[in-house]
Amino acid sequence: MSTAIETPRSTETLNYLNTKYGWKSWLFTTDHKRIAILYLISISFFFLLGGIFAMLVRLELATPAGDLFNSDTYNKLFTMHGIVMIFFFLIPSIPATLGNFLIPMMIGAKDLAFPRINLLSWYIYIVAGLIAVGTMAYGGVDTGWTFYPPFSSTYSRTYVVAAAIAVFVSGFSSILTGLNFIVTIHKMRAPGMTFDRLPLFVWAHYATSLIQLLGTPVVAITIALLGLERIFHVGIFDPAIGGDPILFQHLFWFYSHPAVYIMILPGMGVINEIVACFSRKRPFGYPFIAGSSIGIAVLGFLVWGHHMFVTGQSMYASLVFSLLSMAVAVPSAIKVFNWTATMYKGSIRFETPMLYAFGFIGLFTIGGLTGLFLATLATNVHLTDTYFVVAHFHYVMVGGMVLGYLGGLHFWWPKITGRMYPEFWGKLSALIVFVGFNFTFFPQFLAGYAGMPRRYHAYAPEYQVFNVMSTAGASVLGIGFTLPLIYLIWSLFYGPKAPANPWGAKGLEWETSSPPPTYNFDTPPVMNEEAYNYSGDDTGVHVG
Amino acid sequence: MTSHQVVPIKVYVAVWAALSILTMTTWQVALIDLGPFNIIAAITIAVVKMLLVVTIFMHVRQADSLTRLYVGAGFLWLVILLGILLCDYLSRSWIPGGQFWPSGPAMIVGG
Ligand SMILES: [Cu+2]
Repeated sequence: MSTAIETPRSTETLNYLNTKYGWKSWLFTTDHKRIAILYLISISFFFLLGGIFAMLVRLELATPAGDLFNSDTYNKLFTMHGIVMIFFFLIPSIPATLGNFLIPMMIGAKDLAFPRINLLSWYIYIVAGLIAVGTMAYGGVDTGWTFYPPFSSTYSRTYVVAAAIAVFVSGFSSILTGLNFIVTIHKMRAPGMTFDRLPLFVWAHYATSLIQLLGTPVVAITIALLGLERIFHVGIFDPAIGGDPILFQHLFWFYSHPAVYIMILPGMGVINEIVACFSRKRPFGYPFIAGSSIGIAVLGFLVWGHHMFVTGQSMYASLVFSLLSMAVAVPSAIKVFNWTATMYKGSIRFETPMLYAFGFIGLFTIGGLTGLFLATLATNVHLTDTYFVVAHFHYVMVGGMVLGYLGGLHFWWPKITGRMYPEFWGKLSALIVFVGFNFTFFPQFLAGYAGMPRRYHAYAPEYQVFNVMSTAGASVLGIGFTLPLIYLIWSLFYGPKAPANPWGAKGLEWETSSPPPTYNFDTPPVMNEEAYNYSGDDTGVHVG
Repeated sequence: MTSHQVVPIKVYVAVWAALSILTMTTWQVALIDLGPFNIIAAITIAVVKMLLVVTIFMHVRQADSLTRLYVGAGFLWLVILLGILLCDYLSRSWIPGGQFWPSGPAMIVGG
């Protein structure tokens, strides 16, 4: 084992990791793969930070009394958990890491269309992140991640403007990533890589990029207006100075509902690849999966009012929003049915990425279906601002996106690092994450249905049993997230060397060495078969 | 960018002059009370200015169809935003007051 590590660098084949050394070669790189690594490290930091806030929230809620933090501190904790996790982890998570790394390779290009803009987007993200961390260090913000006025614009005594600037700036990073992906997918495809041969991962990212491009400017403008009102008292949202607080919610959710799809579509893209590979089958209904990604991106912009059923929005608008929210469940359901149909009669292998894919499909389905409860006007009135919403949201975001992210990270880890992770520990932690997740969030459905409101540091004692379960589950979940951090870093040094295609997967990214050379392919690739041609591949079919 | 220099400088100058004149027009029109046409006049002028900037300054006139599609999508999304917003604002007061809630919304609050 140790002799392999001592191998002098000169005998290794040249790849993107060992062509250049030193911090400058990383901080000034324009290689999409290195930028993906920069993003990977940064979002891991923010995931840890957001996770710490979450653990503090869960600790406070272990007992009904508000005994650990006072109410103001508690408000800051859940607000900063939300801001960090949404804007600094979930939004960039898969696109900026796996998407950045894989999209050029999957379409047979040597980089993204705008490599320097790609680096710029990371720097913008870091600037935004520093502003956010600085805001928190100075005392934080207590408005909730949704920044609702007039509390945020008039009454809150915390650092609302600083936090708003952090979110505002991070949006530009997101826009630039989306722009880069769209141009790359249109203009940089290898010969033979037609749109009907694009990996579904790429289709999902195309849809994600559409939302980033068309939605993010709206939230930027909204936050700028909020800042104007808070600093200069221009009456936009605060009714006391002639504004309309519901207008803020309209503008905010016009972005922030589609933003949920920015956070879930890339995860769905990962699951497509994993399910096809570990079932050794072409995805069932490829055109429908691809089309449903675009359908989600477009329909997702028409449903935002379901966040506002009890705010005083016109009830006629609520009726239409309710109907459209039901409609957006259709493309999501198409995906779930097609994944299961892909597995049907496939030769399934139960390796770590596939375990995460199973987790994703089950938990996303629960998250999606409980979304329909919330889209129904009458039940929404009962469930609004209860823990039911919190549970629903986390089933989609953690059960969906975080599991998709972890599954994808394990699936492409050999490609990214050139090392295999320990399979036993991978499977074990996938199991721990699944169990811990359900213990954390399923009781929240029950507590919410029984009427426990969200965003309070103290609660009625009859809810304690749910909260103790949830807090205990969160500790298990924390272990499940810590294990991969340890063994993945361990594998960088001691993991066995990965072959070019350890899973026998289809796709151009597997046809180059692991880790890939700086320009991805030694010879420019040509796509000369259908996507996911698992049936015609003799070497792959019998591997497992 | 050499590929973008198909537009002669005098076109830019003409557009700049047009934009300036339109800005003055907005100002002058605002001094006259046109009743409900105040807002219509202001928005019409703004749309004309916007089209000048987009087509000529931003080179959309020379752009390929994919770029135009994306520019169009940007405006379509703005229409979606404003259109659905207006659906709320226009129908918010359609409360069937006298018939169903004799004492108005206050009664609902009071239970
Ligand atoms: Cu929503």
